[in-house]
Amino acid sequence: MDFKNSDTIPGPRTEDRLPHTTEAAVKIVIVGGFGVGKTTMVGSVSEIRPLTTEETMTQAGIGVDDNFGSASKTATTVAMDFGRITITDELVLYLFGTPGQERFWFLWNGLFEGALGAVVLVDTRRLEVSFDVMGRLEERGVPFVVAVNSFPDAPRYPVAELRTALDLPEEIPILDCDVRRRASSRDVLMTLMRFLHALAMKGALT
Amino acid sequence: MSPPKRRRRSPGQDRPAALPPPGKPGTPGKPGPPGEEAEIRNPERLFVIGGEGGGERADIDLVTLIVARADPPVSATPEQAALLRLCAAPLSAAELSAYLSLPFSVVTVLLTDLLATELVQARAPIVRQRVADRNLLEAVMHGLQKL
Repeated sequence: MDFKNSDTIPGPRTEDRLPHTTEAAVKIVIVGGFGVGKTTMVGSVSEIRPLTTEETMTQAGIGVDDNFGSASKTATTVAMDFGRITITDELVLYLFGTPGQERFWFLWNGLFEGALGAVVLVDTRRLEVSFDVMGRLEERGVPFVVAVNSFPDAPRYPVAELRTALDLPEEIPILDCDVRRRASSRDVLMTLMRFLHALAMKGALT
Repeated sequence: MSPPKRRRRSPGQDRPAALPPPGKPGTPGKPGPPGEEAEIRNPERLFVIGGEGGGERADIDLVTLIVARADPPVSATPEQAALLRLCAAPLSAAELSAYLSLPFSVVTVLLTDLLATELVQARAPIVRQRVADRNLLEAVMHGLQKL
């Protein structure tokens, strides 16, 4: 594949260009298992069509050791979908939908370290796939809320029962959502922001 | 039926001793099956665009905003020229990666060169602080309410 002629690269549409006054960006990470609705959530609130950034990693330790000296190394490409919301003329928010496996997180510099916070999106049919993600966020001190994407055939648990099962402290919000709906996805983000704000108030007092 | 049970962890618990340097192509991942969002691809071409990869990289976040400071010079490579045209208005490094269809690490290599030659300006992101800036959080909430 040759690099496309630079005149033919489709860039942002005119209406998707950020104003020149945009000084800085912040980011929020939406993390969850495959098929839980990360990309749908990004798409439902983003002002731009969701875009995809990729990173590659070599397959060290995945049975390619025999290939030593061979020119045909293979690499895994990990894709991450993201969207954007303009906050003010100076500030823009980016939302990244990230696979739950931690080994992919290292591929993007500061993905979680720099994020304001995270949304852990869960499917009650496969609750346990989110366990490790939550543990990793706790270890890294990344504040997060839990959003339960309501699939029609998924078991419904009372929030209290979920909180016990997920072993989450009382202050961490857990809420139901339908990520296909913009208002519902926005409510999840607002819940995260209110939680971060409460943490900031608490931090300022200690 | 009751849901499966998890056990809470605490900050710093089981933190990996040495993290691999982030954002470098060819960083070996932990052994394990490739994820369901992964595909296999030949990495050779990326290596050519990114050069030898031995040099220092600029500290570029996914949401570092990049703005061109000049038109592409005649000496610019096709990738550099395309990148400079894209960021006539501010654009995040992640968006550059998406529009150029290049891995993020390759974009950071391109940007390192363009920053060194002052062809682009980088606007650093606002990152999470131990105690968050409440004005910033309130601005984001206000922006989300307008959605």
